Amino acid sequence: MDTQTIKTAQKSTKATERISGSEAIVRCLIEEGVDIIYGYPGGAIMPVYDELYKYQDKIHHVLTRHEQGATHSAQGYARISGKVGVAMATSGPGATNLITGIADAQIDSTPMVCITGQVPSHLLGSDAFQETDIVGISTPVTKWNCQVTRAEDIPVAIAKAFYIAKSGRPGPVLVDITKDAQFNEFDFSYEKCTKVRSYNPVPKTDITKVEAAAQLINNAKKPLIVWGQGVILSEAEQQLKAVVEKGGIPAAWTILGASAIPTSHPLNVGMVGMHGNYAPNMLTNECDVLIAIGMRFDDRVTGSLNTYAKQAKVIHFEIDPAEIDKNVKTDVAVLGDAKTSLDMLLPILDKKEHKDWHQQFKDLYAIEYDKVIKDDIHPTKEGLTMGEVLKEINSQTKGEAAIVTDVGQHQMVACRYADFNVSKSNITSGGLGTMGFGLPAAIGAKMAAPEREVVSISGDGGYQMTIQELGTIFQQKAAVKVVVLNNDFLGMVRQWQQLFFDKRYASTEMVNPNFVAIAEGYYIKAKKVTKREELADAVAEMIASKEAYFLEVCVEKEDNVFPMIPSGASVSDIRLE
Amino acid sequence: MSTEEKQLYTVSIYTENNIGLLNRISAIFQRRHINIESLNTSPSEIEGVSKFIIVVNVTEDSIKKIIGQIEKQVEVIKAYYHSLDEIIYQITGLFKIKSELLFEERQIQNIIKESNARIVTVNKEFFVLEKAGKKEEVVDLYNQLSQFGIMQYTRTGLIAVTKEEMKISSLLQTFNN
Repeated sequence: MDTQTIKTAQKSTKATERISGSEAIVRCLIEEGVDIIYGYPGGAIMPVYDELYKYQDKIHHVLTRHEQGATHSAQGYARISGKVGVAMATSGPGATNLITGIADAQIDSTPMVCITGQVPSHLLGSDAFQETDIVGISTPVTKWNCQVTRAEDIPVAIAKAFYIAKSGRPGPVLVDITKDAQFNEFDFSYEKCTKVRSYNPVPKTDITKVEAAAQLINNAKKPLIVWGQGVILSEAEQQLKAVVEKGGIPAAWTILGASAIPTSHPLNVGMVGMHGNYAPNMLTNECDVLIAIGMRFDDRVTGSLNTYAKQAKVIHFEIDPAEIDKNVKTDVAVLGDAKTSLDMLLPILDKKEHKDWHQQFKDLYAIEYDKVIKDDIHPTKEGLTMGEVLKEINSQTKGEAAIVTDVGQHQMVACRYADFNVSKSNITSGGLGTMGFGLPAAIGAKMAAPEREVVSISGDGGYQMTIQELGTIFQQKAAVKVVVLNNDFLGMVRQWQQLFFDKRYASTEMVNPNFVAIAEGYYIKAKKVTKREELADAVAEMIASKEAYFLEVCVEKEDNVFPMIPSGASVSDIRLE
Repeated sequence: MSTEEKQLYTVSIYTENNIGLLNRISAIFQRRHINIESLNTSPSEIEGVSKFIIVVNVTEDSIKKIIGQIEKQVEVIKAYYHSLDEIIYQITGLFKIKSELLFEERQIQNIIKESNARIVTVNKEFFVLEKAGKKEEVVDLYNQLSQFGIMQYTRTGLIAVTKEEMKISSLLQTFNN
């Protein structure tokens, strides 16, 4: 704990009461408005669990079946609600099992606070039972972390953790608390953190930059917006829509930006990137002004940087200064919160139509439809396609369901073919590409938004990485709809092996268990579909279910996802077959 | 100099005094496979604010991105980079040498005099020389003395102040109020 936070702690003038560190942890969480936490108990965190037992009417603790599941559930919770997700674990293996979820939250900017127990402070560094240097291990994948060894430092550390996790560009924070700090008593009081002097989470938008951006956009003949998750995180969906409509600007999205503007919006031109839509990828290399909003030019979005939008002036609306010029050199960088910046842009934006430019997107969509989409969603072959399953689920839920995907072919298909009507409807692991993310994330999403239909869609590979969370679904009675698109392959890797490794299918074929029996083992209603004519009824039964439901759909074994930009190629070298 | 060419830069980082921060900052270099030539941490001109000075050999394009990543760390107040011609810098070398050589090898006395090195301590067994200056000067002294046998030799990291005013000074002043 640094001297500054302790100084702030001493300044607090609120009335105090004498409680243990572990009770303080729970009280701090309540003060931060936490109502659900995901975790797994163990030796070094037991005093906190004892307090959770006492406070169970205020905080619902969800016992996941693995700490990784706890982090992904906390992420799902955060992504659908916009609130901070909380995960808790014991020291040692409990703490290290959190790391994948923390790394996922870091790269996907998800607000999450992880609380870990630690061995008593006098044992630190002695290789004690279940001791691990989790602060050291988590440093590269957390926005901030700290270790607390004194009970009286707990409130300030947790207040700071929540503030940092949620503010600016959100991210995961880890607070490691020694067992003696949990046991010791101190005079408790709580003050929320509103400022850390060395930290400037939201740069103030510079109006001159907005004006420079407006000038470029107003003079553009072929402007293109590419938006990312920043729009959703700053709740700038309305602002973005207004800018798109007034400027007549075609707008495409990154995987994490999906659903900020409804799919059906005429100016929503689809997804960019490796398996994105044909038109926005091709026309990235034809636009004259590229307007990036709350996105970070990931390599899966840009392909080769040497041939990415070289003809265009680039405007970057971004909250994180470190993203400016990191991958793509910008002509105008507008630092600040997307909502604020777009609000400032709107009044100085000229009303435009750009009809010919829109037509180019429509023409390329027609080509993509003909070569790819038609056969994906209205297949004539015998085997079921992932695309038609997605379309069926999507149409039966009227585009209102939150689709929680795992990683791989099904994920790309879901993003390509789901029609999203409401924001925060696409919850997936984008940056880290964490197989096993989907099922536990769907549990968190469903618990945060019980009124929404939440459909978890996984492949047979990723599903088995966190399949044990069916136990959590069962115990929590979480009405998650779980779909597995089973092709008996690690499909995306197999696709690469087919295209780039001469069909040498090394370790991608899966011999799968009886998935229905496994779900039924957890007392979850389950069905398996192998034929097209069974699909619609099975999906209807699943959606109608008030409880959790498992649906396995056996799809064509060796289908590929197209379009595709081969790794390292230019966005305009996108392949349709 | 082109932004594509590697050169030595000092990175000056003003931070909160925090246990884990060195780890956080060094990880930024490690992740990009950049070797740290030298590293020094000390209190800064402002009470409670620490200062790191790190020397790395990289391109300007790379150092700009690294500064962004460093400043992104919550407990980093501000980070700057400078090329060597923008700063006044020094390193120090310490040399432990057998005392008998001081009397047997007259040449050593001349080397000490000419190099402006300072004798820190002398006893029966050994004496300790201190030489502050540019790295080349310290290395030069090392080369001259090594023929006589050096018992121990240690060099500090580079420390520096900028020729121009650091814009941070006014910001830091507000911290103490």
